[in-house]
Amino acid sequence: MIRYTVGRLLSLCLSLIVASMVIFTVVEVVPGDPAAYMLGVNARPDTVAALRAELGLDVPKVQRYLDWTAGMLQGDFGRSYTYRTPVSQMILDRMVVSLPLAVLALALTVVIAFPAGIYAASRRGKLGDAGVMGATQLGVAVPNFWFAMILVLVFAVNLRWVSAGGFPGWGNGVWPGLKALILPAVALALPQAAILARVMRSSLLDMLGEDFIRTARAKGLSRRQALWRHAVRNALIPVLTIIGLQFSFLLAGGIVIEQIFYLPGLGRLIFQAISSRDLIVVESVVMLLVGLVIVVNFAVDLAYALVDPRLRVRA
Amino acid sequence: MSLPRTLILGALLTALFLGGALLSFVWTPYDIELLDIPNRLHAPDAVNWLGTDHLGRDILSMIMMGARTSIAVALLAVGIGMGIGVPLGLTAAARRGSLLDEVIMRGNDLIFAFPSLVIAILITAVFGAGASNAIIAIGIFNIPVFARVTRGAALSFWSRDFILAARVAGKNKARISVEHILPNIANLLIVQGTIQFSLGILAEAALSYIGLGAQPPTASWGRMLADAQTLASIAPHVALIPGLAIVLMVLGLNLMGDGLRDLLDPRIRVART
Repeated sequence: MIRYTVGRLLSLCLSLIVASMVIFTVVEVVPGDPAAYMLGVNARPDTVAALRAELGLDVPKVQRYLDWTAGMLQGDFGRSYTYRTPVSQMILDRMVVSLPLAVLALALTVVIAFPAGIYAASRRGKLGDAGVMGATQLGVAVPNFWFAMILVLVFAVNLRWVSAGGFPGWGNGVWPGLKALILPAVALALPQAAILARVMRSSLLDMLGEDFIRTARAKGLSRRQALWRHAVRNALIPVLTIIGLQFSFLLAGGIVIEQIFYLPGLGRLIFQAISSRDLIVVESVVMLLVGLVIVVNFAVDLAYALVDPRLRVRA
Repeated sequence: MSLPRTLILGALLTALFLGGALLSFVWTPYDIELLDIPNRLHAPDAVNWLGTDHLGRDILSMIMMGARTSIAVALLAVGIGMGIGVPLGLTAAARRGSLLDEVIMRGNDLIFAFPSLVIAILITAVFGAGASNAIIAIGIFNIPVFARVTRGAALSFWSRDFILAARVAGKNKARISVEHILPNIANLLIVQGTIQFSLGILAEAALSYIGLGAQPPTASWGRMLADAQTLASIAPHVALIPGLAIVLMVLGLNLMGDGLRDLLDPRIRVART
């Protein structure tokens, strides 16, 4: 297990390094002079020169890359060019919205998908199975941002159960904040739940064909008991990978959903940064999102090895 | 052998949108550049079958023009993904276990860490928004998908006797990949292509919805939804119709993909995520 963990850890570091190089290259090398790009075509040469000095663009690119990564490792993401505040603080302020949203959406995804998938598998070929599969087929075809618009129309505009958007902050207690995140989380979760339910069902059906299920049935367990005691646990392995992938989709998908609900999360931050050409913020947020995806996948790999000892050997 | 029902239904839905998109090159009910403010936000009726939007434009005509954008973007993105991903996958399988295989697969993992939305954001931040950037962003996202599917499927053929026979006959690995492996995995690639096509439609809609995709005056379903957002409570049809168009198109492609998979090889199970 230790060898496996060390191996995965090395590949995690390598991925992070290569990802940071790619992002740095796209954002700071490709546009030529980032300072001139950020200030636009009408900037005076001395303004550009001043910004170049302020951003430290006068040092060689390799040095800048090393400074950038060394800074990030210490939690220093540089200063925003438009707001003149530390980017790390801006990200932290937005993370308290984006992260709970993604976690809530993931929890909803699992809560919806597991029972649906298990139910469909246990009723394979029957009406209940067909119903769940039809619903998931529709679920994967619905764009989450459109679903969000409909939710707003029904629950905020017509029924007035929740407000149509905005975020009251966590300062007024947990419930008002959570209430503002419910609709966005549902909008994010439902299409993902449809995918996960399908994976859960097919993974379970694979398990139900295995010998150990036949043995369990032979020793006198009912179909249902065999399913719950033996098949579900084993079916979780592929399901776990998909959940890991989905977390990154939920984080990135949140960028779109935040626009609809006027939530002050990472998505809003990145769009403000794009429109004001604040490349430093764009670079940092993208690195953060990609870094999170890589770390989550690493965690999934480890969880895998814990569940299935055979995988430890292969690495 | 009868065709699967899902295939027929899916193909019909897909043909409907494809037909509408093709028809829009020669004819649309109204000119979508024609603004008719006095007739704005009309509900669907005999004159405008799907109603009019906030500028009085005919929504049916906009949907037809938008289908063109969606299909073009998604199709080109699949082309990029296949064009680069399939050769990479074939190479990795042919050189299984080599350094090249390792580099290709690690590279794939790395691209997987960049969701298409994040790629689009990066590209847009530096090069500006536009349909071509949406194509590139979704296309890059498709590369590792095709590379993985290709490698996995190709590996299962490399151990087969007919490949051994080809090697004994003196064919090199590249030639075997193209002449023997590729035709055998083509079915699988077609099915995966259908799935990526439908994901591309969804991704294009999301990108143009947040303003990173097609720019005006190009019609796009995502942009129509963005325009409709503040008007949905006054005139629900402007928000419902473009969304339904996306759902039906994606549903059609997914059903077609499922049907094709059943038709081409009932044993093959393709991961749908």
